[in-house]
Amino acid sequence: MTPINLIVLSFVLFTIGAVGVLVRRNAIVMFMCVELMLNAANLAFVTFARMHGNLDGQIAAFFVMVVAAAEVVVGLAIIVSIFRTRRTASVDDANLLKY
Amino acid sequence: MGTGLEWAWLLIALPLVSGAVLLIGGRRTDRWGHLLGVATPLASFAIGVYLFARMLGLPPEERHHDVSLFSWIPVGSFQVDVGLLLDPLAICFVLLITGVGSLIHIYSVGYMADDPDRRRFFGYLNLFVAAMLLLVLADNFLVLYVGWEGVGLASYLLIGFWYYKPSAAVAAKKAFIVNRVGDFGLSVAIMIMFTTFGTVSFGPIFDNVDAAGTGVVTAIGLLLLLGATGKSAQLPLQSWLLDAMEGPTPVSALIHAATMVTAGVYLVVRAGPIFEAAPQAQLAVAIVGAATALFGAIIGCGKDDIKKALAASTMSQIGYMHLAAGLGPAGYAFAIAHLLAHGFFKAGLFLGAGSVMHAMKDEVDMRRYGGLARVMPVTFVTFGFGYLAIVGFPGLSGYFTKDAIIEATFAFGGTAGTLLGAAALLGALLTAFYMSRVMFMTFFGDRRWADGVHPHESPRVMTWPMIALAVGSVAAGAVFTLGGRMVTFLESAVGAPEEHHAFNPFTPIGLATLAAMVLGAVIAWTSFGRRPVPSTAPKGSFVTVAARRDLYGDAVNESVFMRPGQWLTRTLVFFDNRGVDGLVNTLAAFVGGTSGRVRRLQTGFVRSYAMAMFVGAVAVVAALLLVRL
Repeated sequence: MTPINLIVLSFVLFTIGAVGVLVRRNAIVMFMCVELMLNAANLAFVTFARMHGNLDGQIAAFFVMVVAAAEVVVGLAIIVSIFRTRRTASVDDANLLKY
Repeated sequence: MGTGLEWAWLLIALPLVSGAVLLIGGRRTDRWGHLLGVATPLASFAIGVYLFARMLGLPPEERHHDVSLFSWIPVGSFQVDVGLLLDPLAICFVLLITGVGSLIHIYSVGYMADDPDRRRFFGYLNLFVAAMLLLVLADNFLVLYVGWEGVGLASYLLIGFWYYKPSAAVAAKKAFIVNRVGDFGLSVAIMIMFTTFGTVSFGPIFDNVDAAGTGVVTAIGLLLLLGATGKSAQLPLQSWLLDAMEGPTPVSALIHAATMVTAGVYLVVRAGPIFEAAPQAQLAVAIVGAATALFGAIIGCGKDDIKKALAASTMSQIGYMHLAAGLGPAGYAFAIAHLLAHGFFKAGLFLGAGSVMHAMKDEVDMRRYGGLARVMPVTFVTFGFGYLAIVGFPGLSGYFTKDAIIEATFAFGGTAGTLLGAAALLGALLTAFYMSRVMFMTFFGDRRWADGVHPHESPRVMTWPMIALAVGSVAAGAVFTLGGRMVTFLESAVGAPEEHHAFNPFTPIGLATLAAMVLGAVIAWTSFGRRPVPSTAPKGSFVTVAARRDLYGDAVNESVFMRPGQWLTRTLVFFDNRGVDGLVNTLAAFVGGTSGRVRRLQTGFVRSYAMAMFVGAVAVVAALLLVRL
């Protein structure tokens, strides 16, 4: 498998994630799309690390995973509490914090 | 040194401490405050007499004694020490201030007996005396300036003593502000002196006057003159003096006789070496003096208010002193002699006027007086001696001192001497006229009293100072002038006149002065003594109307300074509101308006934020790529 394919996969995954974040209203789905983007980035890191033959990208990927895990905890907690009070997971309904 | 002169600081300290005690002690000192207030000037007077006696015992060249007290401002090369300069000139003033001042203090005990704030009054009086003593005893210009400002402050407090009267409050403010204009001149003069001579002490400055350029010395002289005109109520800063009559009458006596207005004459005489090095400034002093002598005399002719007539006469008499002081060493001694004699008779006249007002329920309109000679014999006699002294009746003090000034003015020579002398002579005629008018309207003629007024003689505590001052009015001139005593005594302090005249009344000018005096009195008699005086003022000629309105001094000040000043401030306010503030406000409104619109971007929709982030990230990446390529 050549690295170019992996980069293309990473690009495709990132695009799917980005489009998902922008067009979907369900908070859970948006959340998953964010994870998809993060993993696409991870894939790119790892691929470049392999291409260059050093571990910098691998280390970055681990960092991203750790931060993503923490972020999942906080994000899911927020989504759950919003769902409990509003009975909806649509991000368009949670729009009180504005001008 | 053991000369006893080093105790001179007590002169100032005593009234200063008692003034502080009375003002800080408050109501607790009400019961004995006036006694303390009288005691300390008397004690200062005793010290002054002692110092005077010691000084007379010394040979003339040793009568110049510098008492160094403490170092005030030791900053690098700038050293100001607080020191007292005891010389014949200073001691003359000390005796006048403490002597006449003490008499006025004693008189005030009776005059202010019914005033609940008598203690405060005495506190201010003591402050006034202390400040004036500091002024005349200082050995450098900076300490003199402290005393100068102290006098201004005390006069403000005393003129506005009845502060609940709007007219008194306004008069106090006016006196203070007009004085500030003069103080400005003095302070700038001191600054120029410091930059030119590197010191503010009298001695080094006067010794080095010749080393400075004529232009600088003339500037200093003119600025000192400005300071003197403010304190002495000379043209063009004369307007405060007549309004200052709003204060209690003893204050007027103190301001006009012993303190305050004499400060300007003192300054000019003390700074004599500067004026001698600047003939133009000196001539300006003489011209200002002569002009004010006439100006005050004309105002005095039109006033029906007894205190204002006397105030105008002070203006005029101080004008004579400035005229003499502007003649140089030929006139210094005469200026001081007239000042001291004036201290006696003017204090006596004011205390007499206060006594009359006391009897007439504070009525000041002379048209409501008349025929008081019979009911107030002591006031009449003492006031009468003061009157004879001021008009220059032969043998009384004003005769010797004023005649000497007029003689010296004519002896000055040239066109200037003749013109100034003629003005002084005309002033003497007018003085005789308006003072006779005061005399006739107050003490003679029919009784024009308001209903319910029952005049009575004043208590002894008021009449005794008047009697003492009347004795001074009679004797002072002869004591000072005969045999050239004053000239000789002051010689070591202010320099000797070039030629020494023995007093001789039978010169043409002396006789002309006498004739002017008689003529003025006769004119007054024909219009106010022979004919009955109407109780309401007749319309009068345009000169009378002008004199009643202080020769439009206030109108001139208003149109020349006040109105343009108001226009200037209004223009500046407009510029500030519309220009400076307008710029700032426009900017603020622009930022506010813009942010009001921009904040609409915060929609609350998470997805639009996400879109913004995405676009931003893409833009950043695109930019990076573009730069890289």
